Amino acid sequence: MPISAPKLHVDDVSMSFATPNGAFQALAPITLSIATGRFVSLIGPSGCGKSTIFNIIAGLLEPTGGRVLIEGADATGTIGRVGYMLQKDLLLPWRTVLDNAILGMEIQGIPLRQARERALPLLQRYGLSGFEYLYPSSLSGGMRQRAALLRTLLFDTDLILLDEPFGALDAQTKLQMQEWLMQLWGDFGKTVLFVTHDVEEAIYLSDEVHVMATRPGCIIETIPVTLPRPRARTAALGPEFLAIKERCLKLLNVTPAASDSMNKAA
Amino acid sequence: MAVQDTIGTVAEVERAPPAAPAGAGSIRAARRLPVQKDWPIWALIATQIGILIGAIAFWEIGARAGWIDAFFWSQPSAIFGTLTIFFTTGDAWTDIGFTFRSTIFGFLLGTTAGSLFGLSFWWSRNYAAIVQPYIICFESIPKLALAPLVILVFGIGLSSKVAIATALTLVVSTLTTYAGVKALDPDGERLFYSLGATRMQVFRKLVVPFCLPWVISVLRVNIGLALTGAIVGEFIASQHGLGRAILYAGQTYDIALVWVAVLVLSTLAVIMYATVSWLESVLRKGVRQ
Repeated sequence: MPISAPKLHVDDVSMSFATPNGAFQALAPITLSIATGRFVSLIGPSGCGKSTIFNIIAGLLEPTGGRVLIEGADATGTIGRVGYMLQKDLLLPWRTVLDNAILGMEIQGIPLRQARERALPLLQRYGLSGFEYLYPSSLSGGMRQRAALLRTLLFDTDLILLDEPFGALDAQTKLQMQEWLMQLWGDFGKTVLFVTHDVEEAIYLSDEVHVMATRPGCIIETIPVTLPRPRARTAALGPEFLAIKERCLKLLNVTPAASDSMNKAA
Repeated sequence: MAVQDTIGTVAEVERAPPAAPAGAGSIRAARRLPVQKDWPIWALIATQIGILIGAIAFWEIGARAGWIDAFFWSQPSAIFGTLTIFFTTGDAWTDIGFTFRSTIFGFLLGTTAGSLFGLSFWWSRNYAAIVQPYIICFESIPKLALAPLVILVFGIGLSSKVAIATALTLVVSTLTTYAGVKALDPDGERLFYSLGATRMQVFRKLVVPFCLPWVISVLRVNIGLALTGAIVGEFIASQHGLGRAILYAGQTYDIALVWVAVLVLSTLAVIMYATVSWLESVLRKGVRQ
């Protein structure tokens, strides 16, 4: 494969599940390409198959059709190729924050001491200073998400999947976490695929927003976001931002099957 | 304490009458919140000891006065005499050691094997589905009813008592640990697999630590069950042990010795229970439950 191969190429991937009422098509064939270092978001109503795509990319689910290519190599059904952060933080309560953060490295067989030495400065630089040796139960929701995200980053894959990481946080914390995530993304230069319900969050963070529809899940439009970085919070009031937001909301509402779940989200 | 109590009551009575209604038109009586006053700890302990001494004194006096039949119920002075003999010239330490060993071996064996058995169900859903009905059957059998069979197979020595104690604790540990396995969050497993973990890594780093609180939670129950198993085994056929001492004393109408053995047995049970409770709290802290 040439060097210009995209970081991630989802090639005609489809998924259907067998149910008592016959096959249920969860994903129509989807093709998606993400260039190295980009921040790309998927937005869509509940049940549009965002999590299914993520599970397929992470190798946790075998698609019924199509392939997943990472840097041009077939990675369909192989685990451990991407960093995957699920909706829940899933921190292990019997491990300290530090030992939670090194879980990925530990599983990859890196000696504990070495892993801790690598993780410690990062925890301290990215807002978990003073929390390194505490247990997750004594952390706030935002702090727990930070720890979970650092665990994902420390897993050392170029591509990371974030499945609604800030969905359960309050509005104030969410804004802080978005800034924090931007800082991390800038520092680490990872390629990020981000799922969210929040249109504004998707536009603010991304280079590209893919809007999905449901039954079966598919991508109905790809909208590039060309706003210059670093983006100020006030960018959300600019005409370009608002135009994209309007377009997204229209797309999400225009699909009849999507409207009911969008009302819930709104 | 009696004096203190009276003072307390008087003080309450003085405070108790509702204050005169402030407003002229107020009909509702103002009532104070009933407050229960806690006695100091020494007063509580002194009362507890007092009740015990009172009961023993009543028993002794009753037996001497003839209100209580000392042949059936014995009497504290005789029990104390037998206790001294039991520990000086009798088999006290042999019996205690025997019962203690059967209990501890049965407890360790049953708890360990049961926990491992419960954890093993994580490895295969098919295997779990096949084995589960057998475990439930085994659980519903009154295992003590099998004790005569166990004695026949294992003989009248220590091993039969250990076997009964093991049988009683094994199922409890198995089922409780399996409940822990079933409570495992599938997303936790998905996290591990997304990091490229092997099944063994998931087992060692996720399943085992996650299920430890379940394993620990049955320790106290199991020590009691193991002791029950050991005693029942001794009742049926044995040459040593506190259970045998009780049975033997009863059959020879040595009621004082029955009481002595029961007393020693209770003390042993309390000590083991307290030790295991302590162990449980230490382990709980260790696993951050």
